Amino acid sequence: MAHAEVRDVEVWGGQARTQVLVGGDGPPLLYLHAVLGLTWDPFLDSLAEHHTVYAPYLPGTAPGDPDSHKAIEDVSDLTLVYDEICDALGLGATAVVGHSFGGMMATELAATFPSRVSKLVTLCPIGLWNETRAWSNPYLLELPELAAKVFADPAGPVAQAALAMPADPEAAAEAMIAMHWTMGVAGKYWWPIPDRGLSKRIHRVTAPTLVIWGEQDGLIDPAYAQDFARLISNCRAEVLPNAAHVPQLERFDVVAPMVKQFLTS
Amino acid sequence: MKVSMFHLMPHRELPDDFTEKYKSVWVTPPWHELADPERIGQFYNWTFDELIHGAEMGFDGICTNEHHQNAYGFMPNPNLMGSVLARATNHLDVAIVQMGSTLPSTQPAIRIAEEYAMLDCISGGRLVAGMPAGTSMDANQCMGIAPIEQRDRYYEAHDLILKAWQSKEIFSWNGKYLQLPSVNIWPRPIQNPHPPVWIPGLGSLSTWKFTAKHNHNYCMLSFFGSQMGKRVMDGFWNFADEEGLDRNPYRAGFAQLVCVADTDAQAEKLFKEHIRYFFDKCMHVPMPWWGLPGHQDYQSLANGVRSGMALKQLEIMANFKNYSYKDFVDKDIVIAGSPATVRDKLVGAVKDLRIGNLMILQQIGSMPHELTKDSISLFCADVLPKLRDIWDDEGWVNHWWPEKLRGQRAV
Repeated sequence: MAHAEVRDVEVWGGQARTQVLVGGDGPPLLYLHAVLGLTWDPFLDSLAEHHTVYAPYLPGTAPGDPDSHKAIEDVSDLTLVYDEICDALGLGATAVVGHSFGGMMATELAATFPSRVSKLVTLCPIGLWNETRAWSNPYLLELPELAAKVFADPAGPVAQAALAMPADPEAAAEAMIAMHWTMGVAGKYWWPIPDRGLSKRIHRVTAPTLVIWGEQDGLIDPAYAQDFARLISNCRAEVLPNAAHVPQLERFDVVAPMVKQFLTS
Repeated sequence: MKVSMFHLMPHRELPDDFTEKYKSVWVTPPWHELADPERIGQFYNWTFDELIHGAEMGFDGICTNEHHQNAYGFMPNPNLMGSVLARATNHLDVAIVQMGSTLPSTQPAIRIAEEYAMLDCISGGRLVAGMPAGTSMDANQCMGIAPIEQRDRYYEAHDLILKAWQSKEIFSWNGKYLQLPSVNIWPRPIQNPHPPVWIPGLGSLSTWKFTAKHNHNYCMLSFFGSQMGKRVMDGFWNFADEEGLDRNPYRAGFAQLVCVADTDAQAEKLFKEHIRYFFDKCMHVPMPWWGLPGHQDYQSLANGVRSGMALKQLEIMANFKNYSYKDFVDKDIVIAGSPATVRDKLVGAVKDLRIGNLMILQQIGSMPHELTKDSISLFCADVLPKLRDIWDDEGWVNHWWPEKLRGQRAV
């Protein structure tokens, strides 16, 4: 299955545009992607079985529109932009799911606009900082190093499928450009340390929250899961074995039903 | 033709097992394991002595640059170096070429306007104002600038500095990154309307456009030599033609590693280990660090990936460790040999690249002080005189050189 529709939205007083992949059926769900970019993967398929999934590209990373990030200067601008994207899509209160950088932005949205977010699911979210904990900046790593930190089994089929580049060299070049550019744009909102003040705002989150982490995450210490659980009033943390930074694909068998159960209960 | 001596101020005594033991020469080399502050003080003073020796022997300019947390070059504020050099060369017709203070990561950037103006005053109007955007290692990793903001911050800092130098009125600056309520810098530069501005680049179209828009000098600062620089400089001159700019060779600058000895064989004997040290240890940086995501604008990124050049450049750098002395010399990555060999190659490279402002790196890696001075002396005595008049018959004016120094230097 894939998304059914691509919708264009214009926000930020006409200064920013993006595309939103839309698919599925049911109540609305906003999905915010990680720094490597937006891919409609089996996890989004699973969400689309019980929700209508709206997955916007981070503005400035939709195909053919690399300048649309320019008027959005920092994380608070971007939070407002995501709120405006929800309005442009006609969404009221919505479930929000975010992965890594998208998890930080999902939490920011829930902290800034508590009534916007009915339920919150974050997968290995960045956004909190504790200097005693290990973290590794993915932008500094060669691809094999990155794979070893992101996947519990970097040689396994899940990792290989996620890391596969198109066989056609031109398509591979475009994929490489898109990935680098998305990382570049996302960097504006978290560089150089992924602490943009979320710890000051996180107490405002009222949505029931589920934080899922892979026990072997080599980028960001899974111990942060407990921080989110402590700082958000109604939050459950799940740290899964045999998974690292992409638990929704690495442990799809567990995460898909866990998220479905959380969102539909 | 103007020829300047460039210095990086490297650590000259990194251990033999440096590349195996440490991840990088830049950002992460551990100071307490690798350096002794008293010995480093000696390196700084040798750097001054070598540059001043070059100035006395006949170079037209002396250059320093800025890097951070970098064992191959650690002049975190090049203007501290430039200040000493300006004072020490006040009796000489030598330009103080600052290549230079890094605009996006000097906060607030108005400090560069002030410090450069100080240098112009101290030197009696001999400053060349280099305006680098900075490397990924320096600006993004050491100084914490988000890669995608680096260029935007650069443009804003540039505009502020140029205005701060020239404005007759006190003004307020309400920028995207800088807010200054009352800009009225003291001092202002001697050179009118402002010191010549040089923009270092590695071949991106956006840098060429910026240089053309402001009519600044464009200079290629790589360590890859004239053969690899040819593609970039040909691209630059094609761009200049398209923009309707004249082909004045002084629009362009180029940096080149040069070693001179009495004979070619002697050069190999004297310099081989230092060239090895430079390309093994000083270029020891993880490949992704050279261009972090966002460091290039979208068009430069797309051009580099689609043309295959981005990959090719990384492959070349990854391959340096396999090069022999002969490879470095044959590919003109280092122009080394007898004065006659160096002269012939440099004259050819200067004409081929159409360069009016050449920067020569003579102290390379571990090269000791006396050997460096000998190489400088030989270069100035037997090579430099043959370079000075290369462009004279075309009759161009070097608008990008301090006006009082534009005539041929009497030595």
